[in-house]
Amino acid sequence: MITPILESRCNGCNQCVAVCPTLVLAEAAQTPQIVRPDACQTCYMCELYCEQDAIYVAPDQTAPQTVDPQAILASGQLGRIRHDQGWDRENSGEDHLDVYWRLGPLLGDGVENAARRYAGRHATD
Amino acid sequence: MKTDVLIIGGGMAAAWAAIAAAEAGASVIVVDKGYLGTSGVTAPAGPNHWWVGPDKALRRDAIERQSAKSLGLGNPEWMERILEITFRHLPTLATYYPFGSDGHGGTYYSGIRGPEYMRALRRFALARGVTILDHHPAIELTANPEGRITGALGHALRRDEAWEIRAGATILATGGNAFRSGLLGSHTNTGDGFLMAAEAGARLSGLEFGPSWSHSPVWASTRTLPYTGARYYDAAGNELDIPPLRQTHAHHQALATAILQGPVLADLSDAPADLPPILRRIQPFTPAPFERRGIDLFKQRWPLRLWGEGTIRGVGGIDLADRDCRTGVPGLFAAGDAATRELVAGANSGGGAVNAAWALSSGRIAGAAAATEALQHTGQGTAQGLGRYGLHPSGAVQNFDLGAINAQVDEHIHGYQRAFWRQESSLADSARQLDALWHPIAAHAHARGEKLVALRESIAMLATARWATASALARRESRGLHQREDYPQTNVERPQRLLVSGFDTVIIAQPHWEPA
Repeated sequence: MITPILESRCNGCNQCVAVCPTLVLAEAAQTPQIVRPDACQTCYMCELYCEQDAIYVAPDQTAPQTVDPQAILASGQLGRIRHDQGWDRENSGEDHLDVYWRLGPLLGDGVENAARRYAGRHATD
Repeated sequence: MKTDVLIIGGGMAAAWAAIAAAEAGASVIVVDKGYLGTSGVTAPAGPNHWWVGPDKALRRDAIERQSAKSLGLGNPEWMERILEITFRHLPTLATYYPFGSDGHGGTYYSGIRGPEYMRALRRFALARGVTILDHHPAIELTANPEGRITGALGHALRRDEAWEIRAGATILATGGNAFRSGLLGSHTNTGDGFLMAAEAGARLSGLEFGPSWSHSPVWASTRTLPYTGARYYDAAGNELDIPPLRQTHAHHQALATAILQGPVLADLSDAPADLPPILRRIQPFTPAPFERRGIDLFKQRWPLRLWGEGTIRGVGGIDLADRDCRTGVPGLFAAGDAATRELVAGANSGGGAVNAAWALSSGRIAGAAAATEALQHTGQGTAQGLGRYGLHPSGAVQNFDLGAINAQVDEHIHGYQRAFWRQESSLADSARQLDALWHPIAAHAHARGEKLVALRESIAMLATARWATASALARRESRGLHQREDYPQTNVERPQRLLVSGFDTVIIAQPHWEPA
């Protein structure tokens, strides 16, 4: 679930308030505040859309977690998703989707591996 | 406000419907409960679309395979249409979506990463002149004295004020119903459109074919690319003998049995070797729930469970009356997961691919047809709201613990014992318990504003659960996603569709059905 937005990084643009599909956040004087924590579905969309890398979504969707802002700042996780998605360098000419076609074949390879193991196990019964 | 076409919803189908209606010359307003771009199950995922080029033999083969998979309930004509529309229109997104390489010197069109897909659809719709109203949940449809739908009433959450929109034609593209299971991206998918359509007199179909399921760690629902080759272990470190994913029902039953007995640990050491280095480039959200708990996804074992998906990758939804995605209620259309997918998926999950092609195509079909219909109707004149439950209680107003009701409804749909060992006794027990939840809330629940939105969501989930349970009781056979312990055989006679409707009394009907 979302954790409090890091005030030291937030520029108050309120993009996270606008894009949250369940309206977890509300505008405030400087940094948006969490007003509907129960509605957070841990979808990471606010993180992805935050150009300041000021948002950390904690990994457990079943319960709120308390985090230490200093530890989060040091974790290397801030901005990681936006970077992996390529949204931090969109007009760089890099092709961020050039391996996306492998999704289907890799899903299928996993299914095959499991089926082969099962068949092997039962052939020797 | 007034418009030619009103679209309720904010996922793939809503966006494609908006684009098609605008291209046909209509003024278009989209109202979404969330934000068109992040709402719904597509945004955090990345759907592959059913994709076959125009070669006649290839199309025929693909349709034959899909017809076989649909177990007698799919319609080849509809399959042909969605293949053609998807093939023609998906590449039109290229101005807004950077289609990548297919690895063989060409362009990869069929699979689209979710966040970029929904962002592109938003930009595409805005460029076509569509008005998008985010955080504007619809609460009820309105109709004129002749029974024609004239738009909707709802609530603007950020301004905390009511809205009314009059339209010549209205499209429900509200998605499926995940019953608040926690499935990634599905918090807004509470079957709101099912409720509104049924209150207007529409019927639903295919609700017995579900739920579908996905694998994820117990603490977070994620996309599932890394897990398809998983080995499973019990807490003592013994490997479990789980039938492979391809034997869907046996796989689910074995895994559910083990999970009910204590933690099941997934081991991904047998995942495809090429996957670990590129996983975060394909599904960038998937590593986070592990890394942020200090777990090496591919090297350590971690507890896994099955997450229910409700109707999302299943089949059921608002039944369609014609090839333009009309619902049978004048002025009302349905598209995407809000509509029945039985026409293209039959008794089996449309998986990602067929359902994505359906969302795009049914969205475009409904959008174009609604634009044409809006030339003849304005939605103006006398009209009244059709919503009943939560709005106009017949008895004294009472308060309800919606969280507790939602959890009970979810248990009747997704409780492993009920879902994977379906039989007369447990289904009848669910029907009784759901009825006992229904009657008090139907008679006594009332709320306003944001609280009414939440109340209507709970009512929609409860109503859907009752329809799904009645449908599952009525289908006395096993077919596709509907597996009965007490009727394990598939009936050999002509397969029957089931239609369901009604609130205080749930009614099942078998329509006259001519497979094409």
